[in-house]
Amino acid sequence: MQSPASVRTRTPRLRTLALPLLAIGLLLSIALSLSLGSVPVSPAQLWQIMTTGGDAGVAGDVVLGLRLPRVLAAAACGGLLALAGALMQVLLRNPLADPYVLGISGGASVGALLAMAAGLAGALFELSALAGALTAMALVFGLAHGEGGRTPTRLLLTGVIVSAGCGAAVSFMLTVANEQSLRGMLFWLMGDAGVAAPPAAALWALAIGVLVCVPLARDLNLLARGDLTAQTLGVPVLRLRLAIYLIASALTAVAVTTVGAVGFVGLVVPHLMRLALGNDQRLLLPASALAGALLLLLADTAARTLIAPAQLPVGVLTALLGVPVFLFLLHRRQ
Amino acid sequence: MSTVAPLLVARGVSAGIDGRTLCAALDLDIRPGEMLAVIGRNGIGKSTVLSTLAGLRAPLAGQLTLDGMPIGSVAPRALARRRALLAQSHEDAFASTVLDTVLVGRHPHIGRWSDDSAHDVQVAFDAMARVSLTGFEARDVRTLSGGERQRVAIAALLAQDAPLCLLDEPVTHLDLDYQMDTLSLFAGMAHDEGRAVVAVLHDLNQVLRFCDRALLLTGGGEWVCGAVDTVLQPDTLSRAFCHPLRELRDGERRYFVPA
Repeated sequence: MQSPASVRTRTPRLRTLALPLLAIGLLLSIALSLSLGSVPVSPAQLWQIMTTGGDAGVAGDVVLGLRLPRVLAAAACGGLLALAGALMQVLLRNPLADPYVLGISGGASVGALLAMAAGLAGALFELSALAGALTAMALVFGLAHGEGGRTPTRLLLTGVIVSAGCGAAVSFMLTVANEQSLRGMLFWLMGDAGVAAPPAAALWALAIGVLVCVPLARDLNLLARGDLTAQTLGVPVLRLRLAIYLIASALTAVAVTTVGAVGFVGLVVPHLMRLALGNDQRLLLPASALAGALLLLLADTAARTLIAPAQLPVGVLTALLGVPVFLFLLHRRQ
Repeated sequence: MSTVAPLLVARGVSAGIDGRTLCAALDLDIRPGEMLAVIGRNGIGKSTVLSTLAGLRAPLAGQLTLDGMPIGSVAPRALARRRALLAQSHEDAFASTVLDTVLVGRHPHIGRWSDDSAHDVQVAFDAMARVSLTGFEARDVRTLSGGERQRVAIAALLAQDAPLCLLDEPVTHLDLDYQMDTLSLFAGMAHDEGRAVVAVLHDLNQVLRFCDRALLLTGGGEWVCGAVDTVLQPDTLSRAFCHPLRELRDGERRYFVPA
């Protein structure tokens, strides 16, 4: 018989080191992203700018004024999407669920495009996208109620239908939009950190999301094994499901409002983390948040430097990376 | 036996779904040291009665108390330390080792911020050994056969270590030898360890062999409860199961076969 300790986990060292390694990787990526661009900044200069708070002329303005907000927005939204994706996968008990599957990005897209068509910008634009996301969320939540509560299947089907409806509305608006706003709309729909909103809301949402979810992680471990199992073992299932639904939706809404509908981060990151670290939500949730931040930041750095001075929408890069990774994972599962 | 205080007491309890009463005005005392069978036709409400007794479904009427407290007022985690429920089916959406799946039964015994202790792991290993799963620790539950998966669920229930065990078809998917082993195990838990075991069973001969009392649901909310020898009579069973049954005798032991 194997000793109990030896079968606890296949990769105990990886599990202990996962969060510190991801955090270090994230810090390095932030430094890298702040240095790269049309005005190159050396590590020494960067250190000086970050420790003295600017006053380094053009380089200081570029790093603090232009690059830092974008870097923070990309990282925070990557973390939000990956955390929301991990939560949705438990809520729907489906490892292939993503944060958009319940129609939130569709709703945000309708709100954002309506605002663009009306010529709104800044805070009004973000409010409109947020209102769209929350409307879709309320719609799915209200309509998915039925016999046996909001079961994963009913939530999923309602979400798919609401998404389809939003997709049709988006297509309609793209068709009738004028030439000037069309390009902005397309970039937003693909996810674009170049026009990101200020990162404060996303950073706060991420901090609150992680702080609220990690204490729930033990209960989520049970929820992933089925409602009845969880309920029998003392988890308040209905309350927990409602809380997770609202939290994941709110996190997604903030992310989508900030950088647009960036795809695949929320699907691929939790999935990869689960493969590497196992399905213990206590580790999986913070690891997903960190890895999501890392991935979206690197993708956005590539998006603004690969074909500089032109910029790619970051969503194009995450999709180009995400599709093959996802197909590979799907193939491995079979 | 009646001197032992009952664990679970039902007084006038009606169980049902969507306002449809499947079992009306049930009076039942479940005491430590006994094994009670719940029998009846498909869809007659056996699982509903079981989940009502487990405190997972509010009764349509009546009082249900566990250790003298209304079951609805017991905190979920405290309840999970007192009663365990073996579900009829098991969902495995995500990969998980057999050991981790069995350790799930320890959840109500482990604090929110604590990890499984060496003791919890030992309890899980002991539970796996009792259902012949030694050596399966590292297997992914999604690769197991139906019978093996059922034994993993039973091991998780054993690891939960509750004085009241409610079992919904504990021997489904199991080979004959495991059926006998499992029922002997549960009968031993009742008679030797002083737990109370309530099991939904289909095989009347297993009920005769292992159980002390039987609750027979006969439809329309009606029920009969009593000692196995009283409840399991050919005419009662023939009516309840809508097929004539014949009783055979082999010395002291009785058997039922379809006529």
